[in-house]
Amino acid sequence: MASESHAHSVRGTWVTIRPRWGRFSYRFDKRVPLVALGIVIFTLVTLVVSISYGEYDIPPLEVVRTIFNVNQDHADYANYRLVVHTFRLPRITLAFLVGMTLAVSGAIMQGITRNPLADPYLLGVSGGASLAAVTVIVWLRITTAGLLPWAAFAGALITAGAIYGLAWKRGSSTPIRLILIGIALESVIGAVTTVMLLFGNINDVQQAYVWLTGSVYGRNWEHVQVLGAWLIVFMPMATLMGRELNTMGLGDDAAKGLGQRVERQRGLLMVVSVALAAGAVAVAGTIGFVGLVAPHVTRRLVGPSHEGLLPVSALFGGALLVLADLIGRWAIAPSELPVGVVTAMIGAPYFIYLLYRNRNR
Amino acid sequence: MTGLYANELTLAYDDASIIHNLRLAIPMGQVTALVGPNGCGKSTLLRGISRLLKPKHGTVILDGQDIWKLPTKELAKRLGILPQSPVAPEGLTVHELVAQGRYPHQSWLQQWSAEDERVTQEALAITHIEDFADRPVDTLSGGQRQRAWIAMTLAQDSEVILLDEPTTFLDLAYQIDVLDLLYELNRQRKKTIVMVVHDLNHACRYADYLVAVKEGQIAAQGIPSEVVTERLVREVFGVECLIIPDPVTATPLVVPVGRTGKTQPKETVYKADERPDEAEREIA
Repeated sequence: MASESHAHSVRGTWVTIRPRWGRFSYRFDKRVPLVALGIVIFTLVTLVVSISYGEYDIPPLEVVRTIFNVNQDHADYANYRLVVHTFRLPRITLAFLVGMTLAVSGAIMQGITRNPLADPYLLGVSGGASLAAVTVIVWLRITTAGLLPWAAFAGALITAGAIYGLAWKRGSSTPIRLILIGIALESVIGAVTTVMLLFGNINDVQQAYVWLTGSVYGRNWEHVQVLGAWLIVFMPMATLMGRELNTMGLGDDAAKGLGQRVERQRGLLMVVSVALAAGAVAVAGTIGFVGLVAPHVTRRLVGPSHEGLLPVSALFGGALLVLADLIGRWAIAPSELPVGVVTAMIGAPYFIYLLYRNRNR
Repeated sequence: MTGLYANELTLAYDDASIIHNLRLAIPMGQVTALVGPNGCGKSTLLRGISRLLKPKHGTVILDGQDIWKLPTKELAKRLGILPQSPVAPEGLTVHELVAQGRYPHQSWLQQWSAEDERVTQEALAITHIEDFADRPVDTLSGGQRQRAWIAMTLAQDSEVILLDEPTTFLDLAYQIDVLDLLYELNRQRKKTIVMVVHDLNHACRYADYLVAVKEGQIAAQGIPSEVVTERLVREVFGVECLIIPDPVTATPLVVPVGRTGKTQPKETVYKADERPDEAEREIA
C-alpha cells in the first residue's frame, strides 16, 4: 500500500465477510445492511396492516399476537386464527415470495443482457406460461387446481429453451439476438393465445384473464411451500453467482480477458433466471413490472454490484408485491383488483420514466 | 520454453480471412507495439493472441502451452487483455472496477480474500487513482477512466498485458500519460506489454519492439530505430515521409510530407486577386 492516508477512503465502499475459519469470503456494498433493514421493517409493517385490513378487521396488535399464537384467551381468537393463518397470511407470504423471485430473476436478466429494461419475461416465460395456462383453462377446460401450475411451468421452460436455441449462432448467443428472437417468438405465442381466448367459453375466458393478469387470490400454504422450496434451491445459487454478473457487465471481451467462460456463465445464469420466473408464474400467473422495477430502484439504493443487488432486490420486490396486494384489496373493496393490475399501474409510469431518462443512450 | 508465440496463425471473422499464416514471437519483458493502417489486421492479431478470437488455423503458445488448452482462469492469471474502449456499468466505482481484476484468482466461495484486497490497493496506488477510488467510473475524465481500466488489468497480476489502442479517443496529454504509465509498468514492474498503437511516433518512442502489419502479414519487425524507414512507412501506410531523430528521445520521428509539403510555400499559393471575396473586401 503506497499511501496509508488514502487507504481509509478506499476501504469505505464495501463490507467484507471473511471468517477466520474455512476458505470463504464475500463482500457487498456498505449501504446494503441499512437498506435491507429498512425494507424489512417496511415489509413487516405493511404485512401487519395488510393482515389487519379486510372485510373482517383485526386490530394490528391482535394480528401480531395471532401470528405468534399468544392470544389464545382472546374472545375472538378462533376467528382471528382462521382469518390470519388460513386466509390472509398465506396469500401475503406468497405475494412476498413471488415478488422476491421475480425481482431476482429480473436483476439477473438485466445483468446478462446489460440492458436495464430487461425483465424476467425476456425469454418468453410469460408468453409460454400464458399459452399453457390458457390451453388448460379454455381449451381443455380442466378446472382442478393441480394441473395449472405445472402446465404453466412447462410452457415457460419450453419457450425459454426455444428462444435460447434459436438465438444460438456459432457457439454463442449475444444479448441482442436473445432480445430480438424473444420479442418475435413472444408475439407469435401471444397471437395463438389471443385466438384461443377469442373462441373460448366466456366464463373460462374470464378465469383465464384473471390468471393472465397475475393474482395471489385464494392461494394457500401449499403454494408457499412449493415456491419456498424452489427459492431455497435457486436464491443462494443466484447470490453466489452475482460475482459472475459483475464481470459479465464489463462486456464480453473484458470478461473473457479476466478468464470468465462468458457463454457458459450466461447460460447458467439464464437457467437460474428462467427457473425462478417460471416458479413465480406457476403459482401466481404473469405478474408484470416487479421484475423490471425492483432491481432498478435497488441499483439506485445500493449500487450496481450484484453481491448486494440480488438479495436487496429480492427484499424490495417482495415488499413491493405485498404493498401492491394490499392496494389491490383496498382500492375497490369489497371487490378486489388482481395484484398484477396494481403492479402494472405502479410499474408502467416508472417504465415510461426509465425510457425517458434513457432516451439519450 | 517461456514466451508468447503465434505459429502459422490464421484468423478470420466468418469467412473473411484477416490474418494469414502468421508467425510471431513476442519478446518477454519488453514493450511491443503493433502498428499498421486501418483494417490491416493489427487489432485482430491482438484478439488472436489474447484468446478473444479462435484461430481458423495455427496456435498461440504461452510458456509452451496452447492458450486454447489452458483453463481460462489459468490463462488470465498469466495474460491480461484490455479491449478497446471498454464501458463500465453505470454507477460502478473505480474501486469496484479494479477489484474485478481479481476474478481469475477467485471462486464461488472465495470471493474476496485478503490477497485480493492487497493487490487491488496496490494497483490503485501504482496508477495513482486512490483519490477517486470511490467515484463512479462514468463520472471520470477519459484519461482517469483509462487509468482505472489499466489498474484493473494490473490487479489481474499477469505477467503479460495486452492492450487494444489504449490511447484512442484520449486528449494528447492523456495519451502521453497512459503511455508513460505503461512504460513504467514495463520498466519497474517487469510487465510484458503488447499494445496496438495508432500513432507511429508514439510506437517509436515507447516500444522496444515494433511489429508493422500490412494486409494480414507482418511487413517488418524489430527495434524501431532499425525498422522504421521512409520506405517502410511508404509501403505499409502509403505515406511519403522524412524520418528524423526525435529531439527528445532520439528514436525515429516520422514527419509526413503530404500534399501541402509538395506544393509551393503558402504565401504564393493564395494571391489576393485570385480570391474575389478577399479582393472585394480590400476594395471596400
